[in-house]
Amino acid sequence: MVIAEELAKHQKAISVAEFFEKNRQILGFDSAPRALITTVKEAVDNSLDACEESDILPDIFVQIKRRGEGFRVVVEDNGPGIVGSEVPRVFAKLLYGSRFHALKQSRGQQGIGISAGVLYSQLTTGRPTAVTTKIGPTHRAGRWELMINTATNEPEVLKTEDAEWDRPHGTRVEMEMEGSYVRSRRQSIYGYLKNVAIVNPHARITLVEPDGNVELFERATDRMPRPSYEIKPHPWGMELGGLIKMLRYTEKKRLKGFLQGTFSSVGAIISQEICERAELDPEMAPQDLTHAEATRLLAAFKEMRLKSPPTDCLSPIGEELIRAGLEKEYRVDFVATTTRPVAVFSGNPFQVEVGLAYGGELKADGKVDVLRFANRVPLLYQQGGCAVTHAIENVTWKSYSLTQPGGGVPTGPAAIIVHIASTNIPFTSESKDAVADVPEIVAEVELGLKEVGRKLRRYLSKKSALSERKEKEEIIRKILPRISKKLAELLDRDEPDINPVVAKIMGNLLVKRSVASENGETFVTLSVANYGDAARAFKLHETVSVEAGSVEPPARVIPLGDGYDHLWKVSLRPGERQSFKYTVPSEGVRFSEPVVEGVPSELVSGAKAVG
Amino acid sequence: MKEAAVTRERLLGLAETLYDQFQEGTVPYLALPSRTKRNIEYDQEGEVWVYGDQESVRSVKTVRGAKSVLKTSYLVELLINEHLKNNRGSTLREIYYISENWDVAKFGEQAESDRLVEDLEILTSLLREDFHVRPEEDGATVFGPLTISEKTRRGEKTIHCQEDVGEAGYQIPFNVDNVEFKDHDAKFVVAIETGGMHARLIENGFDQEHGAILVHMKGQPARSTRRLIKRLNEELSLPVLVFTDGDPWSYRIYASVAYGAIKSAHLSDYLVTPAAQFLGVQPTDIVNYDLSTDKLTDQDLQALRSELTDPRFATDYWKEQIQLQLKLMKKAEQQAFAGKGLDFVTRVYLPERLSEMGMI
Repeated sequence: MVIAEELAKHQKAISVAEFFEKNRQILGFDSAPRALITTVKEAVDNSLDACEESDILPDIFVQIKRRGEGFRVVVEDNGPGIVGSEVPRVFAKLLYGSRFHALKQSRGQQGIGISAGVLYSQLTTGRPTAVTTKIGPTHRAGRWELMINTATNEPEVLKTEDAEWDRPHGTRVEMEMEGSYVRSRRQSIYGYLKNVAIVNPHARITLVEPDGNVELFERATDRMPRPSYEIKPHPWGMELGGLIKMLRYTEKKRLKGFLQGTFSSVGAIISQEICERAELDPEMAPQDLTHAEATRLLAAFKEMRLKSPPTDCLSPIGEELIRAGLEKEYRVDFVATTTRPVAVFSGNPFQVEVGLAYGGELKADGKVDVLRFANRVPLLYQQGGCAVTHAIENVTWKSYSLTQPGGGVPTGPAAIIVHIASTNIPFTSESKDAVADVPEIVAEVELGLKEVGRKLRRYLSKKSALSERKEKEEIIRKILPRISKKLAELLDRDEPDINPVVAKIMGNLLVKRSVASENGETFVTLSVANYGDAARAFKLHETVSVEAGSVEPPARVIPLGDGYDHLWKVSLRPGERQSFKYTVPSEGVRFSEPVVEGVPSELVSGAKAVG
Repeated sequence: MKEAAVTRERLLGLAETLYDQFQEGTVPYLALPSRTKRNIEYDQEGEVWVYGDQESVRSVKTVRGAKSVLKTSYLVELLINEHLKNNRGSTLREIYYISENWDVAKFGEQAESDRLVEDLEILTSLLREDFHVRPEEDGATVFGPLTISEKTRRGEKTIHCQEDVGEAGYQIPFNVDNVEFKDHDAKFVVAIETGGMHARLIENGFDQEHGAILVHMKGQPARSTRRLIKRLNEELSLPVLVFTDGDPWSYRIYASVAYGAIKSAHLSDYLVTPAAQFLGVQPTDIVNYDLSTDKLTDQDLQALRSELTDPRFATDYWKEQIQLQLKLMKKAEQQAFAGKGLDFVTRVYLPERLSEMGMI
């Protein structure tokens, strides 16, 4: 027997299920705690996607119970439910899903997620997964018990029956598996759901932990996120294999029509131009293209100047809701957010959103918290290998008032949240833990980080201006009066008038009255000086028990019951001063404190300030 | 020493300046010469280093400045109403403790109150002795063929600084202006950094053999020690030689005797002996006498480099010595001579060095 024939005996197809059985770490089932997290994550992702597609405000219930050595995981939603005939394949066939072929922003992409959980469950406990689903109030609920045939990657239905369920519609998944429940870390079911709640403020999520503790992540808004919709692929995003497949299976009769009908940003003129550049007949049948011709077509794609793909297909969270999400889950002093315009990498539209929370309960020592999200899904693992982390490390945070000892992720009482929305998130691996270093994405994240950084810097400098004002108040309230008292004691004199000095230190408006008497007449001068750095317009009132004479500049005089209000309208630029003079008889005249109307009282020295 | 009345008047003048600033609507401030290396300059006439024109202003615009002005007014009150009025005094440390009762004007540490006393000296052109403020005794001593008389609370005492004192020598009082020189039989003064070398020279009879007055500086010399050295030089026309370890810190001891200290440059006229010469240990001695050495530490290197930019050391002699030491990367203590025998310093090194300097 020839060696090749001998070897051929041992060669056989392996099923996808068998492959994943041997490589479960690829899917995120590589450790006991992580298996539980991944299962919950996949189920919750599906629930959120389904609710959004049906315009339902998600209400999701997650329960983890101890069951013997392992755990029982229950995830229940109020989504649209699943048609009975689809149930077995949705849950018990790997790589089955509605989204793999669609270019649309959604949480799940490959159709692996929940069926991998089913597979893990049966591998570790040998038990089937139970699915209950109901598609409307007038329909009966159905209950399935499912397993995966790992040799054929086909579902096996162990049991199917009608069931009673009080929800109008929704889906409930129950499975048992080995695992271990952790709580304190960010990499936990609690931490995951908390992060989900931040970027999905329209969802209500309830978690019942093994010890019976109930955590409710209440929704912060009743507004659904803008629905995302499916787009045609952009020529720039194509790869040869994909292109050849599309050429073979298209229903179009001519290459021209294929190009126009299959891709975004390609119209009649562009499709003609592509054919010319690739030296292909626009009238030929797409199925007839040879491998070499397809290669030329792809090369022509890359050389063409094309419009960007449509960008309104994405559904960003929005600055307002990021803020609401952050403020809901953290007590902080300040939140800055930004949503970047849509950008494109390799024909895939993507959009970056950044939020920065500062102060409050966040710890001041140690690195800032980094929360990464892709299509509203929290990324918990491989932070160091992620484009988001690399972008954070590229920013010089010192310019934005955060320290960055030794470079890298900055330190300080802050949390940075970055959300990337795209029709195709470029993950570094199938377990979807980290975003690949695509230069366009890194650049956009950096721009977003710098935007929120600038907002943080403005906030902090305003805060320090405020503390400067406080410091000055300490000077004028506590220290200056003591100095003047001490000096007066030492010199055995009256205490000096500290108002002019206070006005200068505080940048206030100073009003000072000086009086001189001669031949039975009293000459009064009110001098007003603006020590602030803003212009001041106000009314100056001088109330005297008699009507004043030789008033300069002239004042409006308003007789009051027991005296006369002399009123000047004054406007002073920074640093400007003005004097107001009048005379009164020396005998029997009563003055009251001058009044400034129209300047806040903390900005006035030497006079009473009113509204 | 100034009359108490003059002192009182000047301190009150200071208070009056601040008071008037309030009255005129000027934000009160005190202007002082800036006390840094960059702001000392050589005064040709007095041959000493004094403060230049750079001023640092302490304005009540800031909390720090305001507190400093408040502390100044409290201190002025203490000096006038407690010290001058009752003819009493306090030590620098006591002043720090007295401020316990001053509420927001309390000193944070003694260095702060010490500095403020120096500030007052500068602002009033007076000495702390005029304020009846004393330092703590630091125990610096004199030994040699010198007769002095000191005014003490028990009357005037006349003391011969070899015959009437113990092995430790005559202790320098904090107010040297109470001492009068009566008689002497000396050719020069040696100011010594360490107690070990001071005792060695006494034990070896160096003072008798060469007619030397030995001043033990006890490290960085106090004001009283520097004042005494200056008076020995000026009033008795005795040359002054400074004998220290061979490291950057010891060169600063010499500098404070001969050029003045940066911290107290306002008192240079009163404390500094411009004629004082550096005896050793010089970096060249390390080479010539093959002395046991230690490696320079990072702090030593930093200090040496800082001296290269210090205007007081900007002479050819010091540049040469410091550059040499930076090349050697070594330093030597005075005690290193003991490695050559206990008599080596008095039999070989000092005679050679002194004849080189033209003293013997």
